[in-house]
Amino acid sequence: MAKAAEMKVSDEVAISIQKMNKWYGTFHVLRDIDLTVYRGERIVICGPSGSGKSTLIRCINALEEHQKGSIEVDGTVLSSDLKNIDKIRSEVGMCFQHFNLFPHLTILENCTLAPIWVRKTPKKEAEETAMHFLEKVKIPDQADKYPGQLSGGQQQRVAIARSLCMRPRIMLFDEPTSALDPEMIKEVLDTMIELAEEGMTMLCVTHEMGFARQVANRVIFMDQGQIVEQNEPEEFFNNPKSERTQLFLSQILGH
Amino acid sequence: MSDTHAKSVAFVRETTIPQSAPPMAASGPVLWMRTNLFATWSNTLLTIAALYVLYLVLTATMPWMLNGVWNTESLRACREVLDGTSGACFSVLTERWNQLLFGFTYPSELYWRPGLAFALLFVAAAPVLFFDLPRKLLFFTAIYPFLAYWLIWGGSVLYPLLALAGVVVGYLVYSKLVARNFAAGFFGGIAAAVAFIWIGGLLIPETASDNAMLEAVPSRDLGGFMLNMMLGVTCVSLSVPIGIALALGRQSDLPIVKMICVVFIEFIRGVPLITLLFVASVMLAYFFPPESTVDLFLRVVIMITMFSSAYIAEVIRGGLAALPKGQYEAGDSLGLDYPQKMRLIVLPQALKISIPGIVNIAVGLFKDTTLVSVISLFDIIGMIRGPILASTDWAGVYWELFMFAGALFFIVCYGISQYSQWLERRLATDHR
Repeated sequence: MAKAAEMKVSDEVAISIQKMNKWYGTFHVLRDIDLTVYRGERIVICGPSGSGKSTLIRCINALEEHQKGSIEVDGTVLSSDLKNIDKIRSEVGMCFQHFNLFPHLTILENCTLAPIWVRKTPKKEAEETAMHFLEKVKIPDQADKYPGQLSGGQQQRVAIARSLCMRPRIMLFDEPTSALDPEMIKEVLDTMIELAEEGMTMLCVTHEMGFARQVANRVIFMDQGQIVEQNEPEEFFNNPKSERTQLFLSQILGH
Repeated sequence: MSDTHAKSVAFVRETTIPQSAPPMAASGPVLWMRTNLFATWSNTLLTIAALYVLYLVLTATMPWMLNGVWNTESLRACREVLDGTSGACFSVLTERWNQLLFGFTYPSELYWRPGLAFALLFVAAAPVLFFDLPRKLLFFTAIYPFLAYWLIWGGSVLYPLLALAGVVVGYLVYSKLVARNFAAGFFGGIAAAVAFIWIGGLLIPETASDNAMLEAVPSRDLGGFMLNMMLGVTCVSLSVPIGIALALGRQSDLPIVKMICVVFIEFIRGVPLITLLFVASVMLAYFFPPESTVDLFLRVVIMITMFSSAYIAEVIRGGLAALPKGQYEAGDSLGLDYPQKMRLIVLPQALKISIPGIVNIAVGLFKDTTLVSVISLFDIIGMIRGPILASTDWAGVYWELFMFAGALFFIVCYGISQYSQWLERRLATDHR
């Protein structure tokens, strides 16, 4: 099972976060986050709800603004400069818990929208790329339907394909399976595993510990806005160091 | 789901069982009447009562309508023809047809010009209303306002050409600046267009309209239903984009833009339209420099547009608020910039939600154009109340005239309403 985790990871830095702090009003959500992600790494972030894991990955593509510290993505420093933010966002794909497909566009249009308008790809080429990725997530035959006609699992796979169409170098997943019923979780996880095996740099907030064991080469545990513990999955699950981690694991793996 | 079942389920029916015809009473008109008209005894009573009321209304009005006189010179002549029997004097409509449609001072030999403008309106509106039509037709839509202005008012062709050039200049400046910042592009474009038209206006000689290809007609000569249509079409088509801009401005991160939009919307909504119209007709002259003669038509258009754009802004704000935040975030995460995100993702959905509200305001606005009769513009109501009822020939013909005005408005408003329902069905992609 630890096959994927043994894959070699490069020394090239993809994301570098230093002493990052964030507040919602007066509420301190993220405290002194230090995190370096190497290219090709697959990181699973877990922790109790309200621990700031979603906020952390949403800071990476500036959906949330951080107030202190620095975030560097692919060598571009995240500042309030809109040009930089748009550049980073077009390099970083993101999948959301509630898919956030555009309901007024067909599946194919969902996938070609950003390449055509952001990358200025010719329509024909963008459609070919989109079909390629839709085939990859195994729903090319739904290309002309609207998101509302698809099941949750299918919608999430379209959302993954939509992100991939921008040919991102990093993918962020914000609880991609939390809104799905058990049968559909597997189809989405399979897609993500396939993506991981191709060497995509991934940061994934999820409660799917099986997925973490199988795919991740680092598991990060967060609590109260801090990174409490990070380790290789084997070590993390079998031999958690902090008490808080042990408690968390016993609760989610206990039944 | 079905494709997964096809593999996992052992038995899948491949042919349907032949259907037998339903019994007579279960379908067709008999069933329809039984379920809809005579379901219970109270239902039956109501049906009979409704039929009786319908009978009373029709017996009271139909003889009057059918016995109508269509071709007499005056009310007295009409009464003579009727000779004491009940009947309508529709002849006021035929005799004053041109006045009802064009007002009483528009030169009658030039009626073809507004007529042509009206016919072309359908060509110009079609590609906007029915987006399955080829997009190239939008080119004509872009030219149409200037063409229609030239047709209706006549005069030198330089003025509409200047306005067209001003819009093009504004658009070019916008597309240059928008790459840097949307607000800069938006305001820069407007400023450039206004400056260009203002400077160009100084360059056109006063005498440009003398001996023009189309004889100039001053605004005070416009009237009749034509005036209502012109005000309605102009104000609706201006207030939708302005309303969108105000709604977006109200959500803006820029505090000054936001404040201006909020103050504008709240102020305009708090003032009756009729007050604004009086301001337009009387007071606005005090604000403009004394030698300038800003056309009364233009002043009225400005006021009605401001009024309805404030309402439309609030309707669209409702649509914007109804969109899940995830739609904005999905747009952001794909790297779309602000104008792209708004144009491609947010507005198509927000406007779709707002269609019933916008149509509601558009219909209301169109009917409110009759209020201009109060500030002595001779729109169709102004014509009826003024020149027609005041004439010795037709004093006292109320029913026929107001029924006709009502029918004209009903046709337009019902058309708008039917279109909006079609549009809602056409845009329904969420399969809820």
